[in-house]
Amino acid sequence: MSQRTATEAGLGPAAADDSAAAGPLRAHRRRSPKLIKRTELTILLAPGLILFVGFVFVPIIIAAYYSFFSWGGYGPLGPSVGFKNYSFAFHDLYFIHAIEHTLILTVLSVVIQGPLSIAIALLLNRKFFGRTFLRMVIFAPYVLPPAVTGIMWNLMLQPNGFVDQVMKSLGLGGLVQEWLANASLTLWVNFVVLTWQYIGFGIVLLLAGLQGVPRELKEAASIDGAGPWEVTRRITLPLLAPTIRIWGFITVIGSLQIFDIVWILTGGGPGESSETIAVYLYTKGVQATDYGYASAIAVVLFAFCFVFALLYQRFALRRDMQGALTREVG
Amino acid sequence: MAAIAQTETAGPRGQSTRRRSTSRWTIMPATYLVAIVALGLTIVPLLLVVVNGFRTNADINGNAAGLPNPWVLGNYTAILKSAAFWQLIGNSALVSVVATALVLVLGTMAALALSQYEFKGREFFYNVFVAGLLFPITAAAVPVYLELQRLGLLDNQFGVAIPEAAFGLPLTMIILRPFLRAIPGELREAALVDGASRFRFFVQILLPLAKPALVTVGLLAFVTTWNQYFLPLLVLQTQSHYTLPLGTYMFQTTYSQNVAGIFAYSAMAMLPALGAFVFAERYIVAGAAGAVKG
Repeated sequence: MSQRTATEAGLGPAAADDSAAAGPLRAHRRRSPKLIKRTELTILLAPGLILFVGFVFVPIIIAAYYSFFSWGGYGPLGPSVGFKNYSFAFHDLYFIHAIEHTLILTVLSVVIQGPLSIAIALLLNRKFFGRTFLRMVIFAPYVLPPAVTGIMWNLMLQPNGFVDQVMKSLGLGGLVQEWLANASLTLWVNFVVLTWQYIGFGIVLLLAGLQGVPRELKEAASIDGAGPWEVTRRITLPLLAPTIRIWGFITVIGSLQIFDIVWILTGGGPGESSETIAVYLYTKGVQATDYGYASAIAVVLFAFCFVFALLYQRFALRRDMQGALTREVG
Repeated sequence: MAAIAQTETAGPRGQSTRRRSTSRWTIMPATYLVAIVALGLTIVPLLLVVVNGFRTNADINGNAAGLPNPWVLGNYTAILKSAAFWQLIGNSALVSVVATALVLVLGTMAALALSQYEFKGREFFYNVFVAGLLFPITAAAVPVYLELQRLGLLDNQFGVAIPEAAFGLPLTMIILRPFLRAIPGELREAALVDGASRFRFFVQILLPLAKPALVTVGLLAFVTTWNQYFLPLLVLQTQSHYTLPLGTYMFQTTYSQNVAGIFAYSAMAMLPALGAFVFAERYIVAGAAGAVKG
């Protein structure tokens, strides 16, 4: 592959010079159209492909290799330790907890943000005063740097901070908690802040999907005697399903690798009560300068995403083909 | 459910009109209620950050949920005058501009190859790019760090920009390729028959037509890179190389008692992303929606 690329790249400039000298391009093209096409393709495709493969695929392969070593990150690769990094990880209660926390956040995101976004999108999917403005505002948190979102909520959730004051003035003072210091709450607090940042994306995505549901279908159904609830359940939601499934995919892959907000809001604490896989990777791998171990954790994180993607592709996204067909027919 | 029940008992009018009017009366208040709650929950925290930046620390510590008393500009002017802040902005701009340029140039070239040519393996290459969506940058960050170390790009803004660009390519391909493919092939035939080279056709006809998609792709790459935290955290070690999110967190941990200052700093850190969003909301939202359809 690389050899062929080199030859073609070598031929590329020469061929171009040739054509410039020969005058009209077309004469040259008639001479060797295949070669020209290949050269053009290589020039167009190779740089992007090299960048992409080099920094997206190769790192995971490197990680898989390094995960079998004990290595501090500098100097020659440390002693090979076989599967010890993996077996250590899966015997480390902290790591097991980090996996649990990550999965809890992922499930919460799907189970709570999902229906909530769908309900809000359905309600907002009609003409009303200020709709464009509202859509923009709801989406806005999504474009904030998650690090800044973490800082801002960290300040608001301090004892006697903004959230506590508002609750007290609403007569809910009895419910005030140590939001960031209560180990049984921190995962939920993180989830609420994550929802604040990301739910707008889901809502806007679903609103865009709702634009694709033909109004004639809904009108036809209601003329045939279907009530609004029935129209929603039997017409709108099934046609929205492809969008919902894609939303689910993006949400799960995103939730599995949560780092920024958790790291800044609670630092994974108190104790390790809100540590996610990515936070664990950073504290136990990177900060501990154990890059062999960090690589093993990275491979596990990748495996989670990969297995989920395969299963999702197999069981959920495949149906979108049928959905697309139905939509075309309908 | 309530809507259905009311429909049944509504007055004797034409069926469809009756439904429409009742649903308007039950659903519209709910719509406005949800709209107002959503608006409040989103906007109040954002406003709070900005407004608290105008307060003194004593004022905030006294009452965390009040209006500024007195209003002070000092927090903001201190930031605007600090060289460190502008350095963060400069670093973030450098990283984001380089990453965006790489994504746009290399992504467009690859998308042209995968949309304007017929060749064996085209779908394979496209799927390779799409599969990149499964590779979380968080999982890749450690090996990327080790790779950058080998390339001598550690603690270097390009060490952040280049991998960011690589991770931006899948979304770019998902948005750009369908867009370019949707442009009718007759256009190309016509241009080639008229004697234009393929290159001229790309640059003078195809790319201007693809401008909306290109703007979307560029904005998404820019905002994503601008907001990135984990990769800069690993790669950048010298404080003078930090990007804005990294520097803002640094400010928070260094001056943890200066709450008003942190609010002001956060507000300033939100501003570029929010500003870009307000001006280009259409393109960014189109990108989010486009990613779904592609």
